[in-house]
Amino acid sequence: MQMNNYKPLIVAFCCNWCSYAGADLAGNNRLSYPADVKIIRVPCSCRVNPMFVLRAFQRGADGVIICGCHPGDCHYTSGNYYTRRRMALLFSMLDYLGIEKERTRVEWVSAAEGAKFAATMNDFAETVAKLGENKRLEDLRCKR
Amino acid sequence: MQALTRKQLIDKAVSLLDSNTVSAVLGWKRGEFDYDITPAVFTSADELNREFIWNDFCGANFSKYLVSKTDRLEGKLLVFLKPCDTYSFNQLLTEHRFDREKVYAVGIPCNGMADIDKIKKITGDGISKITDNGDNLIVETLYGDAPVEIDKADVLAERCINCKSKKHVAYDELLGEDGEVISSNRFDEVEKLEKMTPDERYAFWQNELSRCIRCNACRDVCPACTCEKCVFNNPASGAESKAPSSSFEEKMFHIIRAFHVAGRCTDCGECSRVCPQNIPLHLLNRKFIKDINCFYGEYQAGAEVGSRAPLVDYTTDDIEPCDVFNGRDTDA
Repeated sequence: MQMNNYKPLIVAFCCNWCSYAGADLAGNNRLSYPADVKIIRVPCSCRVNPMFVLRAFQRGADGVIICGCHPGDCHYTSGNYYTRRRMALLFSMLDYLGIEKERTRVEWVSAAEGAKFAATMNDFAETVAKLGENKRLEDLRCKR
Repeated sequence: MQALTRKQLIDKAVSLLDSNTVSAVLGWKRGEFDYDITPAVFTSADELNREFIWNDFCGANFSKYLVSKTDRLEGKLLVFLKPCDTYSFNQLLTEHRFDREKVYAVGIPCNGMADIDKIKKITGDGISKITDNGDNLIVETLYGDAPVEIDKADVLAERCINCKSKKHVAYDELLGEDGEVISSNRFDEVEKLEKMTPDERYAFWQNELSRCIRCNACRDVCPACTCEKCVFNNPASGAESKAPSSSFEEKMFHIIRAFHVAGRCTDCGECSRVCPQNIPLHLLNRKFIKDINCFYGEYQAGAEVGSRAPLVDYTTDDIEPCDVFNGRDTDA
């Protein structure tokens, strides 16, 4: 495969109240971020079950990013605090199993941070592109 | 040698049955061989004298059995708990999985259990008889060779080498003497893996997890895994008849299994004991325990009833997921 044609597939779980609105703002401000970032809207970042992350990798994602409100600003008061604990443990475990730690990320993006959203996605896409295709958590049956 | 004898346990059980304190006894009985001791419920002195067993192969953790065995029982159930079982006992009580009033818990000391796989490595397969002479196990095989005498210390199960506690954290009555919480080296193995490069770790786990045959024994035995309705109990889900078809599935199954019990796992080591493929599953659970201890403060699940598990709790200044790897340069 030619690396220069390679575009990573990125799944971004965005919380409805902050990060999804942040993505909206990025769009309104005509800020560009890679088209390969597929946004999945979730009611709160703590809606993201560790299984979702693994499932995304299984279905061919090369990187998974979870975006939520800044700690303390959760629409549901405390959801993102739970996300923070869960994902810290999950990412540590994935690293323990030898999966590249750069493929997973948690970022706090508020509704006013359209620029941060675009910058985060650009940076993450670049990082994942350097790693190349996700080989360690792929399911061959799900390959198109 | 275990501190108590079989007779002492039977006498205790019989006296409690006779006084009608309990109506049944949860104990161990012989399986097909001398070493595959299985849990069983006894209701009479006769049965106990005939079938009850207490030896170095009574590794089974009874705590989980209390959920189903006390459900429709009239009266109380007597259960023998080794120190590590009492942690699971407390954890299940914390989760309101069984009625404490229906259980009469007798704490018994434990000097560590033997690992049959370690014995088989010495003697080979075809073990026909194992007898105990105190410090040694005398193993006879089908092939008529001279019986092999094995020092028990050499065949101690992994979880018993790294025993975390000889202290009972829950009981109604204690037989023998209570011990202390031990500071063990149980995280050494995890640290060794952490020091490897990601490529080495990946190769290690690929090698281990690809042996998984999806028998679900680790799920069935886990005292932290007691949902009444689980996808693996539903024949319609097809999960039971699934052949291992992709290395992804094993990884996903084991990551999710370990994550489900993260913060509730008492590190009893049952998953690794029952694994027919000898996958070191406790290393996954211990990684979570180690991370939790490191990030959120020392926590031992089951040490006390009603403690708040780390994953259903938070503080406002928890570590950020991106900082988890700081100070640990795994790529070096």
